[in-house]
Amino acid sequence: MDLNTITEVVRRPSERPGTDWREGDAWLAGGTWLYSVEQPDLRRLIDLTALGWEPLVPTDRGLEIGATCTVRDLYAFPWPVRWTAGVLFRRSCEAFLSSFKVWNAATVGGNICMSLPAGPMITLTVALEARYELWAPDGSVRFVDALDFVTGDHRNILAPGEILRRVTVPEHALRARVAHRRFTLTRLGRSTVFLAGTQQPGGHDLLLTITAGTTRPVRIAFDAVPDARTLRRSIDAVPADVWFDDPNGTPDHRRHLTRHFAEEIRRELTAGDLT
Amino acid sequence: MSYLVNGRRFDREPAPGQCLRTFLRELGHFGVKKGCDAGDCGACTVWLDGTPVHSCITPAFRAGGRAVTTIEGLGRPGAPHPMQRQFENAPGFQCGFCTAGMIMTSATFTEEQKADLPRALKGNLCRCTGYRAIEDAVKGVGAVESAAPGKAVGKSVGAPAGHDVVTGHAEFTMDTRIDGMLHLKVLHSPHAHARIRSIDKRAALAVPGVHRVYTWQDVPRRRFTTAIHTDHLVDPDDTYILDDTVRFVGQRVAAVLADTVGAAEEGCRRLDVAYEPLPAVFDPEAAMADGAPQLHGSHDPFVRDPVHNILIELHSHIGDVDAGFASADVIHEGTYFSPRVQHAHLETHGSIAWMEDGRLNVRTSSQSPSIAKVKLEYLFALRPDQVRVFCKRVGGGFGGKQEVITEDLVALAALDTGRPACLELTREEEFTTASPRHPMTLTVKLGAKSDGTLTAFQVRNVSNTGAYGNHGGETLYAGGAAVMIYRCPNKKYDAYSVYTNTVPSGALRGYGMTQPAFAVESAMDELARALHLDPLELRRRNTVRPGDPLVALHDGPDDVTFTEDGLARCVDLVDGALARTAGGPPPGPDWLVGAGVASSLHETAPPTEHLSEAWVTLGDDLIYELAVGTVEFGEGTSTAHVQIAANQLGTTPSRIRLVQSDTDRTGFDTGAFASAGLFVAGNAVLRAANAVRDRILEFAAAHTGVHVVMCSMDDDGVTCGDRRVSLAELVALARRRGIRFTAARKAYGSPRSVTSNTHGFRVAVHRVTGEIRILYSVQAADAGVIINPVQVRGQIEGGVAQGIGFALTEHHYVDGNGVMANPNLRNYRIPTYADIPRTEVILVGSADSVGPMRAKGMAECCINPVAPALANAVHDATGVRYRALPLTPERIYGRLPAEQSVSAG
Repeated sequence: MDLNTITEVVRRPSERPGTDWREGDAWLAGGTWLYSVEQPDLRRLIDLTALGWEPLVPTDRGLEIGATCTVRDLYAFPWPVRWTAGVLFRRSCEAFLSSFKVWNAATVGGNICMSLPAGPMITLTVALEARYELWAPDGSVRFVDALDFVTGDHRNILAPGEILRRVTVPEHALRARVAHRRFTLTRLGRSTVFLAGTQQPGGHDLLLTITAGTTRPVRIAFDAVPDARTLRRSIDAVPADVWFDDPNGTPDHRRHLTRHFAEEIRRELTAGDLT
Repeated sequence: MSYLVNGRRFDREPAPGQCLRTFLRELGHFGVKKGCDAGDCGACTVWLDGTPVHSCITPAFRAGGRAVTTIEGLGRPGAPHPMQRQFENAPGFQCGFCTAGMIMTSATFTEEQKADLPRALKGNLCRCTGYRAIEDAVKGVGAVESAAPGKAVGKSVGAPAGHDVVTGHAEFTMDTRIDGMLHLKVLHSPHAHARIRSIDKRAALAVPGVHRVYTWQDVPRRRFTTAIHTDHLVDPDDTYILDDTVRFVGQRVAAVLADTVGAAEEGCRRLDVAYEPLPAVFDPEAAMADGAPQLHGSHDPFVRDPVHNILIELHSHIGDVDAGFASADVIHEGTYFSPRVQHAHLETHGSIAWMEDGRLNVRTSSQSPSIAKVKLEYLFALRPDQVRVFCKRVGGGFGGKQEVITEDLVALAALDTGRPACLELTREEEFTTASPRHPMTLTVKLGAKSDGTLTAFQVRNVSNTGAYGNHGGETLYAGGAAVMIYRCPNKKYDAYSVYTNTVPSGALRGYGMTQPAFAVESAMDELARALHLDPLELRRRNTVRPGDPLVALHDGPDDVTFTEDGLARCVDLVDGALARTAGGPPPGPDWLVGAGVASSLHETAPPTEHLSEAWVTLGDDLIYELAVGTVEFGEGTSTAHVQIAANQLGTTPSRIRLVQSDTDRTGFDTGAFASAGLFVAGNAVLRAANAVRDRILEFAAAHTGVHVVMCSMDDDGVTCGDRRVSLAELVALARRRGIRFTAARKAYGSPRSVTSNTHGFRVAVHRVTGEIRILYSVQAADAGVIINPVQVRGQIEGGVAQGIGFALTEHHYVDGNGVMANPNLRNYRIPTYADIPRTEVILVGSADSVGPMRAKGMAECCINPVAPALANAVHDATGVRYRALPLTPERIYGRLPAEQSVSAG
C-alpha cells in the first residue's frame, strides 16, 4: 500500500548506513512487509538493497548470508552435498505464508528483523546455530547468537539505527543431520509450530529448536538424545507465557503439537534404535 | 528516471512512499487490481523484467529502468496471450477481479510449478470459483460452448464480458480517472460504545489539501437503514450517516475530504476527538439481560424492546410441542453456534460521486443501484430525477454489497462541494466496518418416534445483529427455512435479533439460513445416532414432499409451490456417491475417517418485495439491446439473461447487447440478491424478449400475409411459411411506419418455487493434531432447467468453497474490548487453492419452477449444507460432536479420545 507519510527515500546510502539515523527512519530491504501495513510514524526509507551486499558466500567455515539476500536466492542456492542440513534452506523458504512471487523481493534479513514468531528465517538460523553481525550507527559492530536476537512477538534487540548486516552459519551446523516438523491451520498456511532438530554427524546429541508456537525461538540442547519423558519435561518447562496466542494457534494447541512433533523428531534422529 | 510499462515510456516520478500498484493505476493501467493492498491476495500481480511480483508491496521507484508488464500488456483484445484465452475458455473466473493476477501469475509458470498448483497459486486468492475452474484454465481445459440461433438455453456460453475480463479491460468501480476528484477517508471509533463530546477540526483543516471535515453536525439528521430492500420498512431506521454516539469499534466518527488519500489520512490523524466512553456489551444474551448497557433509544417503533436491546423477536407455535415431546421415544437437544464471518469479496466497497447538469451521479460497487438511488434521494431530500446511480462490473458481492455504506459519504461530499469525490474502503475497513454474517446461537430440540418420525421440533435462535439492525429482522425470518424442510405436526420457533456493541451484521450468501441449517442438520444427525438410524434414512422419512405445506413460522397460505421431489433425489444421489467412493485407505495410521451429509431447502426469491423490469429493443444495427437493472458481480446473471433473450428471439448471444445496472438506462430492479437475479429479473427478460418476438412475428405476418402461427424467428430474419424476410427489411419497413420493435416487461418475486440440495463429505481427522482433511466432497442440487451448465457448476463449487472456509477456518477474532485482531487476509484465512478439494456436482433436473425457462437460481442455497455435512462427517470419524464453528484443529484435538481404532468411512 502507499506509505503516504514517506517524504524521502535514500536511494544511495553510504557504505555504513545509519550514521544519520533519525526518528521516522526505517531500513528498506524487499519492502514486502513494510508496504503491507500502515506505517504512519515513518518519514524516510533507507534502501539497503542499493548496497549490493553479497547474498550467499560459502566458505570453509560455513555460509555467510547477506541480510539483503532474497528468499528466492536462498531457495535456489545449490548447497554442497556435505551440508546435510542444507535441506532446511528449502523447507524454511517453503514455510513462508507468502508465495514465490513475494520471495522475489523479500529478504532473509527482513524476515529476521521483523521478528514474528512464525518467521521461518529465524527458525532456520536458530536451528543452524547462526550468529548475526549487527552494525550500530556509531560504526561499532557486535555479533549475537541468533537465539538471542528475537525477544518476543515483533520484538528484537536491535537499537534504533542498528542494522543486521549478515548471518553466519557455522560449518558444523550445516553438516548436522536434521529433522523438521511444521503444522499450519490451513494447508500451506502460516506456521502454527515449526520445529527443527539437529544432530552432529555420528553424534548422539539433539539440538531442538522450537519456533512459531512460541513468542521467541526456544532452543533446547541435549548432549545425548533424551528419552521421551525427559524430552517432554523439557518442553513443559518452557514458561507458559512464551507459548504464542494469535489467530494462527492457541497456546495449548501449540504446546501439544510441540510435544508431539518433538517426539517425532527425537525418534527420527535416533534412527529407529529407540523406538 | 523513466518508467517503461507495456513497452511505453512514462516520465512521471512516483511519490517517495508510493507502491507500484497505485503508480501503475495513475498511469492508466486499471487492470492492476487492489484486493488487499498487503501482498496477500495477488490481484495486483505484474511483471518486473518478466518476474511476477505483487505490485502493492513493491516500492514504485524499484520499477524505474525496468520493464513493467501488466495484464493490458500481456495480450490485447482480439490478440490475447494463450493464458488469457485459456481463462476465457475455461472459464476461469466469475467476478473477474482476481483474474488479472491469476493470469499474470499463471503465465509465468514452469512445468514444475504447473505440476504443483497448490503451492504455485498460494499467493492468489479467488473468492468466487472454488479454484476448480482456475485449475482448468491453467491446464487449458475449456468448457465454453457456442450456441446455435435460438438454442442458447442449456449451453455453456461464455459471459458477455469474458474477453474484457481476461484482457484487463473490464471496468470495475474504481477503474476510472476523473479530473479534480477528491478523496474521502474515515476516522473510525476506537471505542465499542462512546458519546462524542467534541471534535476539533482545526488541525485537520490546516493540513494542505484538506477541503472538508464532516462530523455528525454536518450531515442530514435523518435516520435510515444501510440495508438494501425494496421495502425499507423491513429494517429499522436506526443509523445516521455520522452520529454523535458510536456503538462499535470501527464506526465512522468523521470523514475528511482532501485532494489526495494521503492528505485525507493525515487529516484523520489530526482530528482531536473527545469521547465519553460508555459501557459496552458484546454478547447477545448479556445484552438482553436486565441492566445491560442500552445501545439505542426508542426512536423507531420497529425496535421491539430497546431497554433489552431486542431489535425483533419472533414466537411461533404450531401444534403442541409439549405433547409432541411427551409422545417421543427419543429426544435430542443441542446448542449450536455459528460465528461472525466475512464475505471477503476481492473488490472492496467503493464509490464515486459527481454533479452533472445539476444531477447527482454515483458510480458504485453495489448489488442494487436502484435501491441505493432511493436511499440517496431520501437522505439528501432529492427528487428521483435528480439522482443517477450505476454500476460497472462489480468485483464480488455475496450479499456484502446489499448495503449502502460508501455512497452516502461520496454523495454528501459531491453535493456539498460540487466536485467529484470518491471513497474506497481498505481491506481492514471491510473487516471492521462492513457487514459480516450474523453470529447465531441456536438451541434445537427434536423429538421422534423410534421409527424416526418427528413428533416435536423446537428451535430457539439468538442472533447478534451488531450495533445496527440492517438485515437483522429478515435474516431471522429466513432462518425458518431450516425448520420448514421437515414435516412435523408440532413446531415451535422462538427467535431474537439482538443489538450488541459489535460491527453490524448484514446479508451474506445463505442469508439467515446457513446458521440454522448448521444447527438443524447437525441436530438431525445426532438424533439419527440416538435412534440408531441412518441419518439419510431419517431425512427421507421426514423431509417435505410435494403436496406438503411448507411450514416454518405460520401454517397458512403461502406463495411457494413445488410439485417434484427434488430433495429426495438429491439425498439418494449423495447416498449413492458416498457408497460408491467408500472403502479407500485413510491417509495414515493416525487418521480417523468418517462421512457426513446434510440437506437444505431454499426459496427461489425473497419473501419481501422483489421487482425487476427489462427492456428489449431491436436496433437499426439489427442487434437486440437488452436493458436490465441487474448488476453483474460474478453470479452470472448477465450470461443467463443474454441466453434467455437469444433463445426467445431465435438468435445467438452475439446479437444481444446488454445494458445493465444504470438507473438512467435501465428500469427498476430490486437487486441481485436472494438468487433473484435469475428468478425475478430473468422472468422480466423472458417476458420482454417474448413480447418483442411477438411484435416482430406479427409485423412479419402482416407484411407477408402468412398467418402468424406459420412465422418463426430465424436469427437475422423471420421465416414466414416458405418465405424468409430479413430483419433488416422488417426494421426498415417498420421505421417507415414509425414502428419500433421494443417492449418493457416487469416481473415480481411471487409466486416462488423451492430449490434443494444435499451435500456429502468424507473426511479424515488426525487424532493427535486435530487436522481435518476432506477426502471426498459431493453436492447434488435441484437447479431446475439448467440455463448454463458450467455457470451452475461454478456457482455450486464456489459456494461450497466459501462454505468450507466458513466451516473450517474463518472467523473474526475479537478481543475483550471489541477490537478485531485479524482484520486482514493474512490472518483471516479464506481458502486458497490448496485448501479446497474438488467437489463432484450432480445436477437433478426438475421442471416445477415458475422461474424463467423453469430454471432455479443456484448461487445461495449451495452453501447451506456444507458446514453441517462437515460437522457430521467429523462426528462420524471421531465419535465426538462439535457444535461450534469453525472446526479449527485447536478446537478439535482437545476432545479427541486418546486412543481409538481407525474406522472405515
